[in-house]
Amino acid sequence: MMITDELVTYLEALGRIRLPEESRAKAQRDLQEILQYIDTLSELDTEGIEPLSHALPLTNVMREDEVQPSIPPEEVLANAPVRKDNYFLVPRSFE
Amino acid sequence: MYHTPAWETVMGLEVHVELSTKTKIFCGCTTAFGGEPNTHCCPICIGMPGVLPSLNKAVVEYATKAGLALNCEITRYNKFDRKNYFYPDLPKAYQISQLYLPICRNGGVEIEAEGGGRKVIGIHEIHMEEDAGKLVHDPATNATMVDYNRCGVPLIEIVSEPDFRSANEVIRYLEKLKAILQYIGVSDCKMQEGSLRADINLSVRPAGSEAFGTRTEMKNMNSFKAIGRAIAGESARQIHLLEHGGAVTQETRRWDDDKNESFAMRSKEDAQDYKYFPEPDLIPIEISEEVIEQTRRSLPELPEAKRRRYVSELGLSEYDAEQITASKVLVALFEQNLAAGCPAKELANWIMGEVMHLLSESGKEPEDIPFDYGSLGALIGMVEKNEITRSTAKKVFKAVFEENCDPVEYVEQHNLKTVTDTGAVKTVIEEVIAANQKSVEEYKSGKEKALQYLIGQSMRALRGKADPQTVTAILKELLG
Ligand SMILES: [Zn+2]
Repeated sequence: MMITDELVTYLEALGRIRLPEESRAKAQRDLQEILQYIDTLSELDTEGIEPLSHALPLTNVMREDEVQPSIPPEEVLANAPVRKDNYFLVPRSFE
Repeated sequence: MYHTPAWETVMGLEVHVELSTKTKIFCGCTTAFGGEPNTHCCPICIGMPGVLPSLNKAVVEYATKAGLALNCEITRYNKFDRKNYFYPDLPKAYQISQLYLPICRNGGVEIEAEGGGRKVIGIHEIHMEEDAGKLVHDPATNATMVDYNRCGVPLIEIVSEPDFRSANEVIRYLEKLKAILQYIGVSDCKMQEGSLRADINLSVRPAGSEAFGTRTEMKNMNSFKAIGRAIAGESARQIHLLEHGGAVTQETRRWDDDKNESFAMRSKEDAQDYKYFPEPDLIPIEISEEVIEQTRRSLPELPEAKRRRYVSELGLSEYDAEQITASKVLVALFEQNLAAGCPAKELANWIMGEVMHLLSESGKEPEDIPFDYGSLGALIGMVEKNEITRSTAKKVFKAVFEENCDPVEYVEQHNLKTVTDTGAVKTVIEEVIAANQKSVEEYKSGKEKALQYLIGQSMRALRGKADPQTVTAILKELLG
């Protein structure tokens, strides 16, 4: 797969970031190298091998359905850039 | 008629149901509805860096139960996946869901088909996921206020096959789904609190055609009435487009119930690219054959089985059985009084008649039944024993419904018992005869109408405490 300039723009949009103009070429190159590195894995024959999503040989790690105390709203909102009463206030997201 | 029968509407549903576990899916915060904003939150459910989700066992149990009750196959080996998108109701910027291995597949629910008969609505899959926070528009600042109390409340999403052909079928399916999930105790399914929300995928095609038309999606419908109107409105819009040389665009639309119209939503930029990948912070879940069998055995009798039993064993009409079994609360009302010895048909008549009537008159749902269930049986018992007349019983029931009073005490206090002492009834009727000699003469000369008048006068004098049959019999006897 080729990391084109358009693809970099698309990834910026998906990540809600804007790369500085001078970093775009480097990002494009880095991403291409990462893909190439990962492509070396395709050289292996993985026929009939289940994809692994976890390295630990564990299943069913679950907790009981028992209520634990929540934290006070002051702490919940401690890092909020803007708040109104006990709500986070964010740029308008309704149409 | 919404449209000419030349067109057929085809729909599929995605229904989100909040599970009634005590705690959220990945943390110990309470799932209680409401609460002051941002008070049911912790570092896990507000997505603080470095925290790890911890799966609630009850969520897997409830989802398995729901799957079995909806005739699904249960996936033995389950995983969670990460769905990435930026929206302020999602503090982690991803939702933990299931894409590749949903917990249930290939189920179905039987409903009454449009035009009679029964049909099965296929269930494609059910997956587990977490709910998002609540966004409230703030006109004062023209910004959006965010409350994360609901963030992380467990959901199951039930995805149907495109098997619906009318709004009625959609509503019957939702009612059935609601009844089943309430019966098995996995959700309260309160639409007004958002614990049951439906997305409708809708397309139209020329009647008789096999191919599907281009579909639109209407999201988060949360009342049966709005759903009915939305389906009618959106079908008509698509048909109008197609009949006038236009084309339907695949898009998400918002139904505005006040304007009775749907509007295209500004498409979230690249919203389709969720960059799903297996959730690395959660260990896979294995559900054994043994657990599945145990769960299957633990299920109570489901609405469909009850409906059949009410008809075949208790002699209820198909319609009454369908209506009563559509609600867990109505079933409880019915079965509790049945167990106390109330005759089944009489009980069904009261539920379908007075109970439903007063509920709809006061704009309440069966869940809001405001009286002790036993009161209905006690009232019917008094009628059966001829202690009160049927019309008195209706008046007493109104009081029971409005004030939750004890019907037996109410009848005593208001002196409403039927006069069983025929001597006393006779005395009153003798007085009526004496005061209405003209009508007596008319009756004796063959005018049947005069008798009706005398019965009316006697009933009034007795203040409804004697039944009309007794009064008629005594009158005839006295008049010779
Ligand atoms: Zn929490």
